[in-house]
Amino acid sequence: MTTPISIEPHPTLRNEKDYPFCPGCGHGSVLDSLNEAMVRLELEPHEVVIVSDIGCSGLSDQYFRTSAFHGLHGRSITYASGIKLARPDLTVIVIMGDGGTGIGGAHLLAAARRNIGITVLVLNNFNFGMTGGQHSTTTPEGFVTPTTPGGNLEHPLDIVATVGVNGAAYAHRGTNFDDDIADRMAEGISTDGFALLDVWDLCTAYFVPNNKFSRRKIDSTMKDLGLDSGVLYRQERPEFATEYRRQAAAHTAGLRVDVVEPAVSPTLERRFHFVVAGSAGGRVRSAARLVATAAMQAGWWSAQRDDYPITVKTGPSLSEVIISPEEVNYSGVDRPDVLVIVSEDGLGKSAAFLEKMTGEDTVFVAAGLALPDTAARVVSVDLAGAGRPIPSASRALAMVAHAVDRTGAVPFDRFETVAGQGAFGEKNLDLVAAGVALNEA
Amino acid sequence: MASSRGSTITATETVEREFTDGATAIVRGALAAGCDFFAGYPITPASSILMMMLQNLPARGGIGIQGEDEIASIGMCIGAAMTGSRVMTATSGPGISLYSENIGVAIMGEVPLVIVDVQRLGPSTGAATTTAQGDVQFVRWGTGGGYPVIALAPSTVTECYTLTMRAFDLAERFRCPVFVLVDKELALTMRTVDSGGFVDASVRDRPLVDLSDTAPPEEYRYEPAADVVPMQVYGGDHPVRFTGSTHDEQAFITKNPAVVGALNEHLIRKITDHVEEIAMVKTDMEECATTLLVSYGVTAGSMRDAVATARVAGTPVSALTVQSLWPVPDAAIRDAAAGIERVVVAELNPGLYAREIERVLPDVEVLGIARTDGRLIAPSELVALIK
Repeated sequence: MTTPISIEPHPTLRNEKDYPFCPGCGHGSVLDSLNEAMVRLELEPHEVVIVSDIGCSGLSDQYFRTSAFHGLHGRSITYASGIKLARPDLTVIVIMGDGGTGIGGAHLLAAARRNIGITVLVLNNFNFGMTGGQHSTTTPEGFVTPTTPGGNLEHPLDIVATVGVNGAAYAHRGTNFDDDIADRMAEGISTDGFALLDVWDLCTAYFVPNNKFSRRKIDSTMKDLGLDSGVLYRQERPEFATEYRRQAAAHTAGLRVDVVEPAVSPTLERRFHFVVAGSAGGRVRSAARLVATAAMQAGWWSAQRDDYPITVKTGPSLSEVIISPEEVNYSGVDRPDVLVIVSEDGLGKSAAFLEKMTGEDTVFVAAGLALPDTAARVVSVDLAGAGRPIPSASRALAMVAHAVDRTGAVPFDRFETVAGQGAFGEKNLDLVAAGVALNEA
Repeated sequence: MASSRGSTITATETVEREFTDGATAIVRGALAAGCDFFAGYPITPASSILMMMLQNLPARGGIGIQGEDEIASIGMCIGAAMTGSRVMTATSGPGISLYSENIGVAIMGEVPLVIVDVQRLGPSTGAATTTAQGDVQFVRWGTGGGYPVIALAPSTVTECYTLTMRAFDLAERFRCPVFVLVDKELALTMRTVDSGGFVDASVRDRPLVDLSDTAPPEEYRYEPAADVVPMQVYGGDHPVRFTGSTHDEQAFITKNPAVVGALNEHLIRKITDHVEEIAMVKTDMEECATTLLVSYGVTAGSMRDAVATARVAGTPVSALTVQSLWPVPDAAIRDAAAGIERVVVAELNPGLYAREIERVLPDVEVLGIARTDGRLIAPSELVALIK
């Protein structure tokens, strides 16, 4: 007579350690159900990463033979997401408590919205069992904990609906007493997308004695809160890690690097500062960049330092270009040799410069701006006198071209060459010509 | 010769000069080092690194993701590193605050992790688009417990490239967080750069335990304390355990003083026993100089100009640029200070690194230029202090 032998490779993914949970605590039975689900799915220990965080539920990973990650309170979903993104072939299961849905609420939302293919088990016992039974996001109103001595005043979080309306592929609510909880876990783990199971259980150390809570009261509380049990959300959405790879296959990108082979250059005697002060949206930075790259073409070294408010489309925009016979080590500009003031915003940023400038330096200022006293040579440029209107977004380039032409800050032919390059080349050259022709008041 | 815009430059291409910035150099360094996972959260002035990494990783088979916050970003990096990915994140000072707890996780779990900190003026929100060097102590002491990390500070655009590669190498070597400390000025000011400066450093492979073997892997061990053991990562033929709690050599939580003591001594000594190996400084010494200028990061640029100016004027002066801020390269600092009567430390903060110099050189007069108004230190300010 022969006895049929089960050749299941892993009849259990539990290890030999006994659970540490309090008598009557539901966590052990939830973990048994998880084990049952994983065995049923024929998962091998090295194919599974159980990610836990802090609290009694955070002890869970230590009772399995699987890979494990035990991290910070409420952050298990972030580690799990990183693991899944990098290795989508791994089965990644988060075990967290209701506490983690508070401190880590942003991660819960993001994981559901991404529909990243991890499974989250929330061992939800309505309080912080490890630290003394304090109230959590899921403590129902009126229930007593050490931190809600008069009864909880906060509305409990509906975890399932929260992830459900935000894109989770699978969301289930049940209790550790349900007969089908292992089935549902297997379903969640098999889901190609974000799956969450909100599993209610009893904390016999705190929540039960503090509230005369019981198995029967779990059911009645759910009913009183108007919450359903069962699989409440199931939706087909692309899983994030897979979709990312699909999209990446069609992706090309490169880093923008301006490469210049410097020409044989005229000698530059000393470091030279060319500053453009204008308004956001006025293409101040791109005009200044033409000066900087023209200097490079001439064989010199340059640096460009931009300053702008954090709201990029309004207020002043300042670009300081340093042109130097050698590599620029110090990128500060105290005294410009040439200062181009394009607008009222730019004038507002120019006071300190104007104070330091001397008779050797030149200010090109848009006509009509009230320049304070300065020792610098002042050239008032009549933007209205170009024979055609120059729109505000083009004034910086026109004035910079004018200043380059008049001062020779960089060789004008180099400036023209770089201005004429790229998609806006033709338009730029037109503006450069208009700028050179501007009248000086 | 026309400038080529929007083109991808590889390190092998021969070009003469480029107009680029530190942030781009860091991204190029990370990609050259084999970084294949990046997660970050937008913050000025580090956002351009986030954007460039997310735009360039997919085509290279890597993963780049914007986290829902800084905590998620570093958490995802740590998780990915545990699968064997070479990971980096980038932020500014306020983001380091939010990384703080997970920096401890990476120290405790011995995770190779490169963290770029593009410093801005603080405290608090401070001034997002204003430069500073205020995080030099923060990155070292920014997580509970006081355990060591490594921090490198490039002082030129090309060093942003080479030191980022070095950071990846050190992260693999020592299995710990390695910071690359730059600032708004170095990261975002465009500069003409000699392309020859983008020199590839070798980045070692991660020493891994062979988990494809049929036999279970050797236990993770803490002794000898100064040794760094090969890493076990998820996805092989054997399960791997990780925990941020005090743990035994199988990564099960323990409070056993002997085990915990050995673990924590290991976390310290794997760094402190290898300070010489990590140390990186640049010296520019002049005989008969009695003043030594000391700086790092962007301020070292001002120092270079100051040295040149002083020497043209016939004033002897020596200079030390500290590239590896943590662990402090004590011996290299002492060497540079031989015969020196006074040291001037220039930095864009309330004098944070000067205290390290004072500690290393207790018998030398240490003067600080500590600027906190958002402006750079001008070379002329340093020249005025050279005797």
